[in-house]
Amino acid sequence: MLNPDLKLNPKLFDPDVEVKPTRHGYGDGLVVLGEQNPNVVALTADLAESTQAHKFAQKFPERFFQCGVAEQNMAAIAAGLGVSGKIPFISSYAIFSPGKNWETIRTTIIYNQSNVKIAGHHTGIMTGPDGATHQATEDIAITRCWPDIKVVVACDAIEAKKATMDAAKIDGPFYLRFSRDKTPIITTEDTPFETGKIPIFWTTKNPVCAILATGYMMYYSLLAAKELEQEGIPVLVANVSTIKPLDQNSILSIAEQTGSIVTVEDHQVGGGMGSAIAEFLAKTRPSPIEFIGVQDTFAESGKPTELIEKYGMGKSSIMEAVKRVIGRK
Amino acid sequence: MIDELHEEKLKDLELKANKIRQLIIETLVEAKSGHSAGPLGMTDIFTAFYFHILNHDPKNPNWEDRDRLILSNGHICPVRYATMALAGYFPIEELKTLRKLNSRLQGHPHRTALPGVETTSGPLGEGISQAIGMALAAKLDNKKYHIYCLASDGEQQEGNTWEAVMFAAKYKINNLTLVIDRNNIQIDGFTENIMPLEPFRAKYEAFNWEVLEVEGSNIKAFIDAVREARAIFEKPTVIIAHTVPGKGVDFMENRFEWHGMPPDTQEVKGAPPKGEQAKKALEELRILEEKIESEHQ
Repeated sequence: MLNPDLKLNPKLFDPDVEVKPTRHGYGDGLVVLGEQNPNVVALTADLAESTQAHKFAQKFPERFFQCGVAEQNMAAIAAGLGVSGKIPFISSYAIFSPGKNWETIRTTIIYNQSNVKIAGHHTGIMTGPDGATHQATEDIAITRCWPDIKVVVACDAIEAKKATMDAAKIDGPFYLRFSRDKTPIITTEDTPFETGKIPIFWTTKNPVCAILATGYMMYYSLLAAKELEQEGIPVLVANVSTIKPLDQNSILSIAEQTGSIVTVEDHQVGGGMGSAIAEFLAKTRPSPIEFIGVQDTFAESGKPTELIEKYGMGKSSIMEAVKRVIGRK
Repeated sequence: MIDELHEEKLKDLELKANKIRQLIIETLVEAKSGHSAGPLGMTDIFTAFYFHILNHDPKNPNWEDRDRLILSNGHICPVRYATMALAGYFPIEELKTLRKLNSRLQGHPHRTALPGVETTSGPLGEGISQAIGMALAAKLDNKKYHIYCLASDGEQQEGNTWEAVMFAAKYKINNLTLVIDRNNIQIDGFTENIMPLEPFRAKYEAFNWEVLEVEGSNIKAFIDAVREARAIFEKPTVIIAHTVPGKGVDFMENRFEWHGMPPDTQEVKGAPPKGEQAKKALEELRILEEKIESEHQ
């Protein structure tokens, strides 16, 4: 069942569950930050409305900088602001930032220790009709490898707002991942959020498997868990909202409890959240593991929900993965 | 603001520049690794900054209201380190640790390793952007300190450079002065053979910057140029400083082979044998020192 302590959305399983893009959480969070902290500034590379930074721009025009189509410049300017007492949030599509400006970020923000928060938008194949050129499916891989970065992926718009606000409170570079499409609201305003913690969203007695999901794929994971329970296969579902630093105690305890893992993310299976989990468990408590995600391929244009099904990431794929991994225990 | 330059002070600056060149040679020989041409070419400009232009406090490198000097072409850090040492930021002895294990003097400057370097640099094309970020922060906080950014001509080939140049013009970043080390060399050869930059001045003018040009080894002329740049408010300003790479050491001047090579590590055409390069260089600099003394009598 849904973990009652977390006060999750009771209407989550309704066919007409409320949907909202996580990027709206970024936009809303940024405005609240702007009101609370005069040192928060925002930059974008010609994607103000798309990344929802336009709300901040309207309210705080003197603290907003439009860089045009120039992501490297945007990152390095933010680096200069970040070592000068400001808290810059930079936003673009993830494919361009941290994609195109990866080295600029590495040198001027990460290694240089500048307090910059990088918001990567339109991530995953659920970006949809724009097609593969715009669907960032390697961004977790290329950011989590940086020393000292924090990588956070919110599961819905409400969590996205909290994650954005938390990023300003915690010192150091952040990578925040957001999505384009409207996705189901899973949490509520009362759901606690803490950067660095992996809570259990779906609990059960004697789970035989754990589904670890990150981002909006949590929704498909919960659908899968509910149906698996009806089939007599009890699983638990955990929300890996922070991929780095990994909440090692929670992962270990989950692995010990269940003995098998299925990771779920809208990202390449190589190098993403699943890999991070596997790296840790291989060292501490080797467990059979299945990876749901983009299976080492590029996707294509399409409706987000169609793409999820075609590329083997929907509810049934998750359920089949659970059944496979249990068989290897 | 920046003081007038009197004859006595000019002589003092020229002697300091000469001393810094000697320190650069000694540092590179000890390190057995690092860049020669750029540092020697930019010595006069670094001297002018640290001993006349900058409003700074060597004993207090994080002083909030200091002028900032960003080095975009971080590989020429031997000149920055030598100048900072002579100015009192750290003991001259510490120059011996350049590029060695556990050193604060990293091969390419690292902000958190050495107070005073303002930013980590090395990969080209990123400094102007960072300088702009610092300039924006100063404006937001109503601060009066100035930001100087030093960049090389070679790194103007990086697209990021022009992104920054466009941004500075748009936002009228007038509390930033950019100085370009126009020494005409880069790793693989002369800039005009590798990827021509000319017409160079015209490019910056087309991007809506104010452009000044000066001989980069003429300390008085350079300081005058900076004073002129500081008085321009409607546009961001660039000073194209024509420098001689390897200046001060006859066998290194204008030879791109010395871009990334320290003395006494390799045989080089036109140079003394491997073990005698530093010795010859220091001899030449000592003779130059006497010349400076006598010129100012």
